[in-house]
Amino acid sequence: MAEADEGKVEVVIVGAGLAGLSAAYVLAQAGVDTVVVERGDYPGAKNVTGGRVYMAPLRHYLPGLWDDAPFERHVTRETLTMMAEDASTAITLDSGRFRDEPYHSYTLLRGTFDRWFGDKVAEAGAFVLPKYRADNVIMEDGRVVGIVMGEEDEIRADVVVAADGVLSLIAEKAGLRKAQEPGHYAVSAKEVIELPAKSIEQRFNLGPDEGAAQLYFGALTKGMLGGGFLYTNKESISLGIVVGIGSLLEKEPKLEVHELLEDFKGRPEIRNLIAEGETVEYSAHVIPEGGIRAVPRLYSDGIVVIGEAAGLGLNVLLTVRGMEFAVASGVMAAEAIKEARERQDYSASSLARYQELLAESFVLKDLETFRHVLDFMENPRLFGYYPQAVCDIFTDLMWIDEKPKPKISSTVIRKGLSKFGKWATVRDALRVLRI
Amino acid sequence: MNIEAKLGLDVFKIDEEPHIIIDQEICKACEEKYCLYVCPAKLYTVNRETGDMEVECSGCLECGTCRIACIHGALDWNYARGGFGIQYRFG
Repeated sequence: MAEADEGKVEVVIVGAGLAGLSAAYVLAQAGVDTVVVERGDYPGAKNVTGGRVYMAPLRHYLPGLWDDAPFERHVTRETLTMMAEDASTAITLDSGRFRDEPYHSYTLLRGTFDRWFGDKVAEAGAFVLPKYRADNVIMEDGRVVGIVMGEEDEIRADVVVAADGVLSLIAEKAGLRKAQEPGHYAVSAKEVIELPAKSIEQRFNLGPDEGAAQLYFGALTKGMLGGGFLYTNKESISLGIVVGIGSLLEKEPKLEVHELLEDFKGRPEIRNLIAEGETVEYSAHVIPEGGIRAVPRLYSDGIVVIGEAAGLGLNVLLTVRGMEFAVASGVMAAEAIKEARERQDYSASSLARYQELLAESFVLKDLETFRHVLDFMENPRLFGYYPQAVCDIFTDLMWIDEKPKPKISSTVIRKGLSKFGKWATVRDALRVLRI
Repeated sequence: MNIEAKLGLDVFKIDEEPHIIIDQEICKACEEKYCLYVCPAKLYTVNRETGDMEVECSGCLECGTCRIACIHGALDWNYARGGFGIQYRFG
């Protein structure tokens, strides 16, 4: 028994992303003996965001931690763009509230951000072990009692926290999740494009440290579920495209994500924003899109699943969220583990407290509220017909030629009826009411 | 900018040991061959001489799209070993 206890810790966390590091931070502060295993050379080495993080959940769940965090820019302009083949219509919100401190959201890059967070976690007293890949869980009498790394190494623990990202091989091996359905996930490809801060601020009409967040949907994904994103960092732009894997498999003729990204970059709406910029990194990441339906079992004897490993992400077209869920779920898992530790009971019934906490919070409540959003977004008209129709009507209103111009109301009514006065549109409108 | 040039910008620590193993028997029976075009790094190819499916693991972005797209289960898929594979500087 003494031998088995050697090298045993109280908690082993697989994955130094935002979820794993948040859990580790809370546990370490409570004096819990915690190890974080990370397969990359440093926390962040394997991590990709779009991205931007919304701050209120972070401040609520880990107060006081973020003051010196290496965020890029606080977002002051939000833009949603509908793209037709040869036109686009954009809506921008520039609100005074976005300029009030504490700021609403920040852009960030995970390579720098997660490394900073890893240092904070180490300062708090957890041990972060980079360059180790967790390959499997150790099961004894039906309960998880640790992890295996490579041929020889293992770490035994009271609890294993699966924070190993969207594919969560650990949750799968512990029997908490079945094979992943293509329809519940999207693939994203992104470039980081360097530009001087001054150019970014001029091109996007921003003050120093102010940032823009822009989402695009329509012709850029050729009718497939997905869209584009652009976030301004201090001295770079994160530009990418997201496509549902299920849509990609069904699409004829076949299309490739990296080509869609090139086409997107070539559009006049984007081309001028990134002109003279230098691409310095290309990345790809799978995103959970299945909402509440793709959430696996979240706990079992000796294990909990957090962050993207738990399928926690939510894209509702206007906002794309994930990192907030990661931090919140990590903190709640840690709280549940602390309570289990007081009871010295790490069984499933004891760790069920984690799910209770999640269910009471915005995490599972928001996933439940937006349960039908994927059904709504799987509609090809959203990515083809509607953006085109809106751009066509707008073009008619703006276009001046030598002929007498009809009344604005007449153009809107006539065109609007011809484009939207259809049974399919009424059905789609009714679907909007469900989200 | 083509995909090879893009991958050339990334930092990879190359492992001799491939982390994705392909079951050729399953691939031969597969009609869809989704892997050929879902990979955002375009790493899957059919060997013209042998007809085998091949994957160039050294340029893998470790996103897992192929693992989800391979509905026939031909991939014994793992991440690159600890300390190997893509190392994002920006992410």
